Amino acid sequence: MTLSVDISHRLGDFAMEARFESAGRLTALFGPSGSGKSTLINLIAGLIRPDKGRISVDGNVLVDTAARIFVPMHKRRIGMVFQDARLFPHMSVANNLRYGRWFTPASERYAKMDAVVDLLGIGHLLDRRPAKLSGGEKQRVAIGRALLASPKLLLMDEPLASLDEARKAEILPYIERLRDETKIPIGYVSHSVAEVARLASDVVVFSQGKVAAAGPTEAIMRRLDLLPAEERAEGGAVLDTKVLRHDEAFGMTVLASQAGEIRVPKLARPAGASVRIRIRARDVMVAIEKPAGLSALNILAGTIVNMKPGEGPEVEIGIDCHGAVVVARITEQSRQALGLRLGSQVFAVIKTVSFDRANTGAGLPAEADV
Amino acid sequence: MNWLLDLTPDEWNAVRLSIKVATVAMIASLPPGILIALLLARGRFWGKTLLNGLVHLPLILPPVVTGYLLLLTFGRRGPAGAFLAEHFGIVFSFRWTGAALACGVMGFPLMVRAIRLSIEAVDRRIEAAAGTLGANPLWVFATITLPLILPGLIAGAILSFAKAMGEFGATITFVSNIPNETQTLPSAIYTFTQVPGGDEGALRLTLISIVISMVALIASEVLARRVGPRMDIE
Repeated sequence: MTLSVDISHRLGDFAMEARFESAGRLTALFGPSGSGKSTLINLIAGLIRPDKGRISVDGNVLVDTAARIFVPMHKRRIGMVFQDARLFPHMSVANNLRYGRWFTPASERYAKMDAVVDLLGIGHLLDRRPAKLSGGEKQRVAIGRALLASPKLLLMDEPLASLDEARKAEILPYIERLRDETKIPIGYVSHSVAEVARLASDVVVFSQGKVAAAGPTEAIMRRLDLLPAEERAEGGAVLDTKVLRHDEAFGMTVLASQAGEIRVPKLARPAGASVRIRIRARDVMVAIEKPAGLSALNILAGTIVNMKPGEGPEVEIGIDCHGAVVVARITEQSRQALGLRLGSQVFAVIKTVSFDRANTGAGLPAEADV
Repeated sequence: MNWLLDLTPDEWNAVRLSIKVATVAMIASLPPGILIALLLARGRFWGKTLLNGLVHLPLILPPVVTGYLLLLTFGRRGPAGAFLAEHFGIVFSFRWTGAALACGVMGFPLMVRAIRLSIEAVDRRIEAAAGTLGANPLWVFATITLPLILPGLIAGAILSFAKAMGEFGATITFVSNIPNETQTLPSAIYTFTQVPGGDEGALRLTLISIVISMVALIASEVLARRVGPRMDIE
C-alpha cells in the first residue's frame, strides 16, 4: 500500500501544506495538537474537501482538485476510528459491528466477524448497548466496527487520547496485534512519543500544518529536535529486540538487540517474541571506560556518531552500538570533562529500572492471553 | 354513566370524524414535516428565514384568517383547489378531507418545531462515522438519523394530533359545519351551545374529547418510554 498526499488546505487562520508518501505497515502522523494531523486524516477519509491537491491510495485517486475528482466518503472504503468512539447509541454492540459489513460488496468482505471479535476480545460485549461500555471497551468495539467494513486503509485519530493510562495499556496490545496479524495498512494520528515509538513502522512528523520530517520510526524518534517540547523528555532510541530468556530469580527479562543484551523488568512474553523498546535519551549515561562497581546492568559499547547542542546546558549524543544508534542527553560540562568527540569509543549505560510499561510494551493483559 | 355513552348517531359521527380527521392530518403532515424540519435544522439556503416564518404563520395568525386563506387557495375556485380537483379528483371544500387539511396546517408548526429540535440534537459526528462505514446519505438518514429522532417524531405527531382534535376556527371557516361530513367534535359542541337544551350534549362531547386527548397523551408517553431506554446517548 502506498499512500500519497499532496494537498494544501486552509481553515480560518490555519494553513496546511502537506506532501508525503508512505508505504509503511503502520504510519504514524505525529505532531503537537493543532499541527494539522487530524485535519489530514479527515481529508484522507473524505470528511472534508481540500482546497487544492491530490490524495491517492495505491494509485486510486480519492481526490484531485485539478481533475475535479472527489470520491465521497462512503465510497472510499477507508475505516475510521475516532478519538470519541462514536458508536451508534441506538444499536447493540453486535449491530454496531455488523453495520459497515452490510454496505460492503460480498466479494470484497475479507474481515470475518468471529476473527475480529476474537482479535479484540469483545465477545462478551455483543449484546450490550454502547452506553453500558467502558471507554476502553468502546474503543475496541469502534476498531472492530471499522475493521468489519473490510477497509482498504484504516485510519485512527488519536484513539487513545481520551483514555486513562490503564485503559491505554489495555488497548495498545490489540493495536499491535492488528498491525502484526492483519494486512490492512494503518494510519495512526498521535501526539504521544510512547505510542508512536511502540506502534509505528514509519512516522510523518507535522509541525504547524507542514510535514517537518518523514521516515522509519527508529530514524525519526532519535531526532529529539523533531519532537514537540512537551514530549521531548520521552524521546530516544527505538530498538527492535527479541526475548532471549527470563531471569526468574531476579524478575527480569533479557532481550537480544543489535546493540547487545539488554535487561529489563520481566515481560509477560514468551522467549523468541519480538519486543520493541524505547531507550529515553535522558535515561542514558555515557562513560569513557567500561564502568565497574556500578549498579546499572546495561552497558553497551559504541562509537559517537553525532553530537548536537540541545536545550539549555544539554548536548545530544548519538552512539552507534553495532549498528543500532542509542541517544544520550548529557550536559555540555560532562561532555567537555570526558573530552567526547565524534568517533570517541564510549559506553552507554542504562539502568534496568528506567524501563517501564510505557517503553517496553507489556504484552496483552492476562484475560486476553488465550 | 349511561347518559355519557348514550350518544345520538350524529354525535357518534362527530367523534368518529374527529378521530379520522386528526389521524389523517397527523400522518399526512409527517413526511413534509420531517422534510421541512430537516431543511430548517441543517439547510443553508437563501430564504430560510422566510420559510421558517411561513411554517409558523398558522401559529400567529387568527385561525379564521388561516381558514379563509385555505378557502381562497384550496376552494373550488382557488388556484390549488381547481388544479387538484381537475387532475387528481381531490376536492377539499366542504369535505372531511378539507377539515383534515385545515387541521394539518394548523398543527404543522408544532410538529415541525418538535422534529427540528430533535434533529438539531443529533450528533452529526455519529452520522459521519456511518458515512465512513459505507452508508450513503440516504442510508445514514434511514439507519442513524431517523431512529435517533424517533422521540421527537412521536412528540411532534402527538402535538399535531392533539391540535387537530381541538381545531375549530380554521376548519369551520374553510369547510363549514356539515353534520357527517365536516362537523368535528369542536364544531358539534359549538352547535350544541347554540341551540336551546343543548347543554347536555355539549357536556357529553366535552367529556369525550377530554378522554380522547388523555388517551393520546398517555399513549405517547408509553411509546416514548419504550423508545427512551434505547436512546441513552453516551
